[in-house]
Amino acid sequence: MSTSRYTLAELCITQCAEVWRDAGEVLATGFGVVPRLGAGLATLTFSPDLMMTDGEAYLLAEPVALGPRAARAAKVEGWMPYSRTFDLLWQGRRHALVGPVQVDRYGQMNISLVGDYARPKAAILGVRGLAGNSISHPNSMFVPNHSPRVFVSGEVDMVCSAGYNPARWPEGKVPESLVIGRVITNLGVLDFGGKDHAPRLLSVHPGVSVAEVIEATGFPLECAAEIPVTPAPTDEQLALIRERLDPQDLRATAFKGNPPGDRTSSA
Amino acid sequence: MNKRMTAADVVGQLRDGMTLGIGGWATRRKPMALVREILRSPLKDLTVVSYGGPDVGLLAAAGKLRRLVFGFVSLDVLPIDMHFRNARQAGAFEVMELDEGMVQLGLRAAAMRVPFLPTPVGLGTDILVRNPDLKLVKSPYADGTTLVAMPALKLDAALLHVSESDERGNCVILSPDPFFDEAMARAADRVYLSCEQVVPTAKVCGHDRARYQPFERAVVTGVVEAPFGAHPTAAVPGYGIDVEHLKAYNAATSPEDWASYRQRYVDLASHDDYLEAVGGRGYLASIPPPVY
Repeated sequence: MSTSRYTLAELCITQCAEVWRDAGEVLATGFGVVPRLGAGLATLTFSPDLMMTDGEAYLLAEPVALGPRAARAAKVEGWMPYSRTFDLLWQGRRHALVGPVQVDRYGQMNISLVGDYARPKAAILGVRGLAGNSISHPNSMFVPNHSPRVFVSGEVDMVCSAGYNPARWPEGKVPESLVIGRVITNLGVLDFGGKDHAPRLLSVHPGVSVAEVIEATGFPLECAAEIPVTPAPTDEQLALIRERLDPQDLRATAFKGNPPGDRTSSA
Repeated sequence: MNKRMTAADVVGQLRDGMTLGIGGWATRRKPMALVREILRSPLKDLTVVSYGGPDVGLLAAAGKLRRLVFGFVSLDVLPIDMHFRNARQAGAFEVMELDEGMVQLGLRAAAMRVPFLPTPVGLGTDILVRNPDLKLVKSPYADGTTLVAMPALKLDAALLHVSESDERGNCVILSPDPFFDEAMARAADRVYLSCEQVVPTAKVCGHDRARYQPFERAVVTGVVEAPFGAHPTAAVPGYGIDVEHLKAYNAATSPEDWASYRQRYVDLASHDDYLEAVGGRGYLASIPPPVY
């Protein structure tokens, strides 16, 4: 356990790292500051065989601190242009941690648009690689703003990634190879390990109640009788995050106001 | 053989309603000098296949698109291209929205002269719902797997920005990632290159550099010398992304601001005038390479 104070961003980084525990020799792709730091932390601690890229075209021999200066001094161990990334991911040798705009009870994600397809209220990116990623390798999610606007009550407005809705699959059969990992949010940690892949609450962050999480989720969550509190970062993890991976504190911008990780008594 | 031509020559060979592939990826190595030449021309009703960046945004803002075949449009550092967003929200063009990997498979099918390539990518998603023309196929072998038949994305022309070329179209891409420019080149009936510099064959592609050649000269139709021709996108090792310019571009969404952007940066007499308008060669060369 930690003896020091930690921020919500630091707590989420340690939980993001967990998605790569026992992942083996695969590409760890984290989109955004918190997921990337999570991948770096996993690599420096319990999953040293992970591969990471510089986000452009090179594989890095070791995690690099965030920020331009460190990135230019990075030690490279290989080449990973996008064509090779697709070859690798279609073989399943990756676990990505992505930031969806919407998620539904089937674990289907949306980053394309919000609203009507022909005249969207908000056109965002497009499906990007989510369809191919979801059918090829495990994917986890980071949602910094846990709310019913993200965790929607029906299906997402544009199903970009495949999920556990049998009605969407040939012959109504969800492939057994489909793996949706964890969902780390500002309130807690979810997965899809309930009955028939139902969404489930795994833990609540310190100071957050189960009722708050249920209230902020547009679909039902399976909850055990006792929901554990998300464990605090260890001193070793905090030192690696603060000194090695993010000395410029880019993680301070991950959440508005950079709140503490333990919100029990606004610690 | 000399394939050198001007950007205006390239656009003069294009026709209304054509399907164009635009190379690069988001804010990297986009053939922007050629795209701006399209904006200055009467060309219209284009179908564009692109890993989209400001190329798509400019064409959308100028009303050149009839249909967009895409996986995404993004400015990377600025996640959303506002010109794409506004035109998409207004329903200004048709879309064929695909997974990035499906775009690649469609280009490779066209390159291989096969009608489709089978893939599981797209199953279980709205890509199939939103593109009712996409068909499924069942493997004829013992596995009997159901797959998506990703149709060939044949291109009338590909527009690509490379580092250097000789006048016959022997070219090299010295940037870290060649992206899917080769697939686009082979999927296209005609391939037009813009390049930072036209240089003699011995310099562009000797033993030391041949590994950086994306495709052989026989697929190349025309070569345009356009230094900083990818600006405001990056063409490393020469220059990085001009983030400040992209911000100004992305903010120019009102009719007045767009008209002013066009006047300042598009409706110019020459590429040299453009380079002056965006800060001059010295400034452009000083833009550092991007960090992701």
